[in-house]
Amino acid sequence: MNGKLRNRLIATPYTIWMIGFIVIPLIFVVYYAFTNDSNAFTVENVISFFNPIHLKSFIQAFKLALISTIICIILAYPIALIFRNSKTKKSSFVVYVFILPMWMNGLLRIYAWLTLIEKRGVINLILTSLGLPSINIVNTEIAIILGMVYDFLPFMILPLYNSLMKIKDETLNGARDLGANELQVFTKVIFPLSIPGMVSGITMVFIPALTTVAISYMLGGGLFLLIGNVIEQEFLTTANWHLGSGLSFVLIIFIFIVMGITNNFTDKDEEVNII
Amino acid sequence: MENKLIDLVNISKTFDHDLVLDDLSLSIKENSFVTLLGPSGCGKTTTLRIIGGFLTPDKGQVFFDGKDITNLPPEKRQLNTVFQKYALFPHMNVAENIAFGLKIKKKSKDYIDEKIKYALKLVNLEGYEKRDIDALSGGQQQRIAIARAIVNEPKLLLLDEPLGALDLKLRQEMQYELIRLKNELGITFIYVTHDQEEALTMSDTIVVMNKGYIQQMGTPEQIYNEPENAFVATFIGDSNIVDGKMIEDYVVEISGKKFRCIDAGFGTNKAVDIVIRPEDVEIVQPNSEKAVLHGRMTHVIFKGEMYEMLCVTDDGKEWLVHSTSLHEPGKEVGIYVEPQNIQIMNKPTSEDEAAIDPIIDEAED
Ligand SMILES: Nc1ncnc2c1ncn2[C@@H]1O[C@H](COP(=O)(O)OP(=O)(O)OP(=O)(O)O)[C@@H](O)[C@H]1O
Ligand SMILES: [Mg+2]
Repeated sequence: MNGKLRNRLIATPYTIWMIGFIVIPLIFVVYYAFTNDSNAFTVENVISFFNPIHLKSFIQAFKLALISTIICIILAYPIALIFRNSKTKKSSFVVYVFILPMWMNGLLRIYAWLTLIEKRGVINLILTSLGLPSINIVNTEIAIILGMVYDFLPFMILPLYNSLMKIKDETLNGARDLGANELQVFTKVIFPLSIPGMVSGITMVFIPALTTVAISYMLGGGLFLLIGNVIEQEFLTTANWHLGSGLSFVLIIFIFIVMGITNNFTDKDEEVNII
Repeated sequence: MENKLIDLVNISKTFDHDLVLDDLSLSIKENSFVTLLGPSGCGKTTTLRIIGGFLTPDKGQVFFDGKDITNLPPEKRQLNTVFQKYALFPHMNVAENIAFGLKIKKKSKDYIDEKIKYALKLVNLEGYEKRDIDALSGGQQQRIAIARAIVNEPKLLLLDEPLGALDLKLRQEMQYELIRLKNELGITFIYVTHDQEEALTMSDTIVVMNKGYIQQMGTPEQIYNEPENAFVATFIGDSNIVDGKMIEDYVVEISGKKFRCIDAGFGTNKAVDIVIRPEDVEIVQPNSEKAVLHGRMTHVIFKGEMYEMLCVTDDGKEWLVHSTSLHEPGKEVGIYVEPQNIQIMNKPTSEDEAAIDPIIDEAED
């Protein structure tokens, strides 16, 4: 009994924090989403998510988030695998070097990325000094995708690495002992055992990419309105909080569905340790 | 004469400057049950890994059925391993684990199902097909590991302490099952344990190892009755190891008294090590004809099937005595040993041999 009480006391700050910063804002979002200017109930704001303009920016965001998630998997898997196999004591240090950008402000990272790919950016400077034609990818979908990949790659590497590190060498030896060649060891043992990590990676890359505001704004030059940008505009430019909330509401429901699906794949004890 | 199935020739293996196996050579005949026995860290698992193909030796060669397989990857070797731990696939249930090797070999579903049933029955886990690996106890996991290996009917089975996590009764049952299985399927077993009793009951050949060296190889009887050095003697069973002097052939001096023995060829007046098993130490009346040494009983422990007692002789040496008859502490006694129960061993001469001197702590591991 005493222990329970103490646990509750310890949990109090978190409960307050969660109520203040998650539950109350959510209640506001729901309230605004289902009311109009004269505070009357309406479903218009929510339904307008499916009006072609908004749907288009959602599909655009979905597409870019999906592509960058796939690229992240393709890039992160070999990296994580190499880290797992290099059994030196330094390998965990190298992992942290790789995920170091995670500790840097996201906006700063995008600015850094921008200076690289700008018309007169570092990459083009190198290309032209080598006598090669310069490339122009700022304000294209490619820039946004690259930005997303750059921003979110560490969030794919880390959970993948964690789940690969959990695989015991002896498990792999067991597979080879039973006649599996290296490819079969990968497809039948390593890959299935890495799915939980990959799924948490997907959640941690896909959802922020889907809802990003800054990346599309800065690297897309305002030419690409993703769903996040549309919502931002409704709140900040048009000051239509009701519509903004309506769109957010549908997006949140969508994210819940995605997380519900992915949760089935993750280990119950899967933890993403960042520190 | 049966042919050699496995031939290890001058194998050496170093880990981080640590010589784990030193010029080890070992031949294993087809259809035999060979046990590698030795204290923790002596290189048993390393030896198995080299045979299984998971480690390449720094020096030396491995022959399987006469063919050099030193550089053959494990999946191409006609043998299976029951690993010491962690080798089951956590994302598969029991049946899928057992079926793994058979599926790789593209066996039919009926064949596989039948094998799973048979193997589970054999390891006493019928009906466990659908269980998750995580939901099994350590002993059950070990038995699934055995089942998973034997369904492949390999020519050679390597077992790394496969019964380590089982309780005594289950372990004895599994020992019988393994022996039965071995005879039924005609598989050669290389078995690793540091349980000397298990080694003595199960094997037809025991290889006693210490610090990367083979100390002695022989039948259980030879290892027990004629240990070649003090290490083997202390590691296998309890024993009294005493300093002695070989006066001449068939006569040895212990604590200044002459005993008759059956060994010869050690030269005259040569210092030797002598092993006498505690059950071979006869306690007699101090004033009887037979009494060679004299002493006083100091400790008694009742061990169930016998009394374990300590006797301190007049020159202060302690003798471990096993007997069904009780001799109370404080009692003055005489000690006698039958000639055939006195096992004479050369004292270690070289550095290497000195390295294998008995270290009681480790031997009891
Ligand atoms: N991969 C490795 N890297 C470094 N040292 C190792 C490695 N594998 C084994 N060793 C060392 O080699 C020695 C022999 O190990 P091995 O596993 O063969 O012992 P063992 O006889 O099987 O012992 P146990 O009965 O405890 O299983 C030990 O000192 C061990 O620390
Ligand atoms: Mg071992």
